[in-house]
Amino acid sequence: MIPRFTAPLLPELVLSIGGTILMLLAAFTGRRGATLVSWLAVLLLLGATVALIGPPSHAGPVFDGMVSADLFASFGKAIMFPAAAVAIIAAHGWFERGTEHASEYSVLIVFAAAGMSVMVSATSLVALYVGLELNSLAGYVLAAYRRSDERSAEAGLKYFVLGALASGILLYGISLLYGFTGTMTFTGIAAAFARGTPSLGLLFGLVFVLAGLAFKASAVPFHMWTPDVYEGAPTPVTTFFASAPKVAAVLLATRLCVEGLGPATDAWRQIVIFAALASIFLGAIAAYGQTNIKRLLAYSSINNVGFAMIGLAAGGARGASSVLFYMAVYVVMTLGAFLCVLWMRDEEGRPVESIVSLSGLAQTRPRFAAAFAIFMFSLAGIPPLFGFWPKLVVFNAAVASGYVALAVAGILGTVIGAYYYLKIVKVMYMDEPAAPYARVREPVQGLLILVAAILVSPLGYLLIGPLGSLTDKAAGSLF
Amino acid sequence: MTGLPWLSLLILVPLFFGGLCLFVSANGARWLALIGTLINFAISIYLWTAYDPNGAQWQFVEKYPLGGGVNWALGIDGIALVLIALTAFLMPICIGASWRAIEKRVPEYMAYFLLMEALIMGSFEAQDLFLFYIFFEGGLIPMYLIIGVWGGIERIKASYKFFLYTLFGSVLMLIAMIYMAGTAHTTSIPALMAFDFPKQAQTFLFLAFLASFAVKLPMWPVHTWLPDAHVQAPTAGSVILAGVLLKLGGYGFIRFSLPMFPEGSAQFIPLMFVLSGIAVVYTSLVALVQRDMKKLIAYSSVAHMAFVTFGLFAMNRQGIEGALVVMLSHGLVSGALFLCVGVVYDRLHTREIDRYGGLSDNMPGYALLFMVFTMASVGLPGTSGFVGEFLSLIGTYRASSWGAIVATTGIILGAAYMLWLYWRICFGSLRNADAAAMPDLSAREWWLLAPIAAAVFWMGIYPESFIRPIRNDVGRVLTRLDRVAPAGDSHLTLGKGAMHMNMGTMH
Repeated sequence: MIPRFTAPLLPELVLSIGGTILMLLAAFTGRRGATLVSWLAVLLLLGATVALIGPPSHAGPVFDGMVSADLFASFGKAIMFPAAAVAIIAAHGWFERGTEHASEYSVLIVFAAAGMSVMVSATSLVALYVGLELNSLAGYVLAAYRRSDERSAEAGLKYFVLGALASGILLYGISLLYGFTGTMTFTGIAAAFARGTPSLGLLFGLVFVLAGLAFKASAVPFHMWTPDVYEGAPTPVTTFFASAPKVAAVLLATRLCVEGLGPATDAWRQIVIFAALASIFLGAIAAYGQTNIKRLLAYSSINNVGFAMIGLAAGGARGASSVLFYMAVYVVMTLGAFLCVLWMRDEEGRPVESIVSLSGLAQTRPRFAAAFAIFMFSLAGIPPLFGFWPKLVVFNAAVASGYVALAVAGILGTVIGAYYYLKIVKVMYMDEPAAPYARVREPVQGLLILVAAILVSPLGYLLIGPLGSLTDKAAGSLF
Repeated sequence: MTGLPWLSLLILVPLFFGGLCLFVSANGARWLALIGTLINFAISIYLWTAYDPNGAQWQFVEKYPLGGGVNWALGIDGIALVLIALTAFLMPICIGASWRAIEKRVPEYMAYFLLMEALIMGSFEAQDLFLFYIFFEGGLIPMYLIIGVWGGIERIKASYKFFLYTLFGSVLMLIAMIYMAGTAHTTSIPALMAFDFPKQAQTFLFLAFLASFAVKLPMWPVHTWLPDAHVQAPTAGSVILAGVLLKLGGYGFIRFSLPMFPEGSAQFIPLMFVLSGIAVVYTSLVALVQRDMKKLIAYSSVAHMAFVTFGLFAMNRQGIEGALVVMLSHGLVSGALFLCVGVVYDRLHTREIDRYGGLSDNMPGYALLFMVFTMASVGLPGTSGFVGEFLSLIGTYRASSWGAIVATTGIILGAAYMLWLYWRICFGSLRNADAAAMPDLSAREWWLLAPIAAAVFWMGIYPESFIRPIRNDVGRVLTRLDRVAPAGDSHLTLGKGAMHMNMGTMH
């Protein structure tokens, strides 16, 4: 029997206890056990996803309002845990070539997942910070995971220094909010904001907290680390960074804005609108000159966060629902695109990252190219691919709230962004073939690419109904 | 009407055959594509015969909810029917035109063509706002790849220009659609066609849709993507672009802009007339000085499309019916003209007009058919071009005599550049030895061009076959436009004595 008070935290418990056991197992088995540990970690994450099912995880705030295992959190976890599992599978056949120990990789991702899990459940500033740091610390190590590689070490250091700075800003904001309201819980802060015009100190706190979260979500103007870290980190790690933690950060920001800062909507809305538009346009324009596919996808992820934030700016249950919808589809597209990047290997099986090396892929590896093209068109939001629909949902929410100009600006951003996604398709389909890639013998990854491609293909439209009602319910639990 | 979901089949058949194409050899793909498009043509003929012009407005209706307020809702009226028939008719011809001309990556090519057919069919059939957008926009992807992979030297630039121009226009329309769905609380196109939006909103909605359809049609001054796309695209790509994709713009005006925003449209009649007038004169003059055959025909397309906008925004029966006939006729004629260019291009690999000359000597069959299509393009009575342009001019005259005067100038200029083109290519002496050595049309090329020629004469001699299905639907659009249609400055009076042609209700 699970004790009553722990039931809402079941997924987190599964992950942290399981992660600790896995860490010991990894320490004792060393490199021999790497594959075993990684599959166990995948099982653990899937187990944690299963643990979401059932009434306990839909409970309201527990531990004196520290965390809330509501449907909103469950929805986020149901996206993030499988995404983290995919990131573990993405590493298969990657680290074996070097001298690194691969087993810690899986363990670190499990801990990061536990941190993200706390993030989306957090209903108090302390839980927010603890979850965010647990996730970040695992992330710093992961970025520098390939110790022998200078770029990876640089990425890790950069991420750590800038991340620490962002944490500092966030903590400062938290201290201001606490100092001026006397409470750490979101509901308490909301009550303080509801009492007339917020004081300057409260507003400062709000701005600092949002800045710290914007760093995590890599929204402009706190995006600077993203291209460098995405490029330098080993590709499976980048796959992870671009997917699950991003969902956690965006969902955390959504919950904080709705539950904690709801009465101050007018104060944060302008910040979110600015960050959204700046992310969309910077992400679209800065991607132009990129020659490295990982850097390009980094800008793409900045661009995509901007669209999700349009939903947040739209406000209300509808806006929150559109954010969830957007992030769910975004994760599938991004994981698919990065899995394709993982398969870019030269003749000797070494990974390559230049966009030029994709030349003529449609002729040398037609199915690979088709999958990649599907992800690119989908990220660009071109119908009939499913990537179009979340953008529509977000703009729908914005127009419904009367932010037509915001929607128009955002949608013009998609046209600018379409250029560089088209560029990749052009390189693959219209250029003369370059040296063919070596085949990667990872059937599970191949299957995952296939599943992702099917999900974002026009067949994905069949999911509109169920996914839409799910996001509506999940967003409804915030209000 | 039998229970088969015919309209879904029109979409699924090409998709199915397109998918199959990817798994077979080049020759297998050619045959599969031909069979797939012929099946679709057969279905469209069945639809034409089963369609009841005096029946309900929407026929063959299908509706399955997809969730989230979106429906797989299909249905056609007469306007969609004739355009579907045009598409289904041109598609096998496009496949035939690519039979020898496309040598590399044939299965892929055929797959994209069939995908495009499916998406175009979907755009004409969709009865749900967002479903329409998905099909409408989706057509960009296969066309982008067709131009970019199988095009000429400047193909990359042309494909980008095509994609980004069209996308830019369309996204503004998307915002308008979101607003409409939110205001009218429905995404059903038939329901929206009867919904009265606030007048102020109509202005913006009209402009947003104009951004999309003006680029697609294309209208001056956003036509500049078209010559590039045409020149670089392979022959069959040009045929489908000129023959069908441009028609989506005209279809959009008549399906969305006019019935959904009557006040908004009426407000912009002067603008539309001015733009159309400039397009007719300016692009005709530009066409006169072209050295590249394809470019010349591309510019002539812009000029012809201006007759469509003239006719549509005249907002009377002659104008709108004329615009639709111009669309059909231009679909056939410009497609055929691009095929004619393709015929000589396949032999000499140049589109420069000066490299040819005197082809009537060594290619009499070619010269004959080319003559037919040139005359149809000029608008000679007895060909399809005459019927459409004449009706459209009558309509324009009733709305604005100045508009009609400018439009008529376009017809004269059109005769000038087309006849001059024909003269430079087919008459005179055989200056160039390589051009003189070209053989006449092969059997395959006869099979491509002769059916179009037959259709051109049919439409020119007995246009009633094509006007009958659209008559009631044009009437329905006109009832929406009744309250805003321009009075016009011409004072038509019924003549005394035998009056064979009743010009409808006189003002």
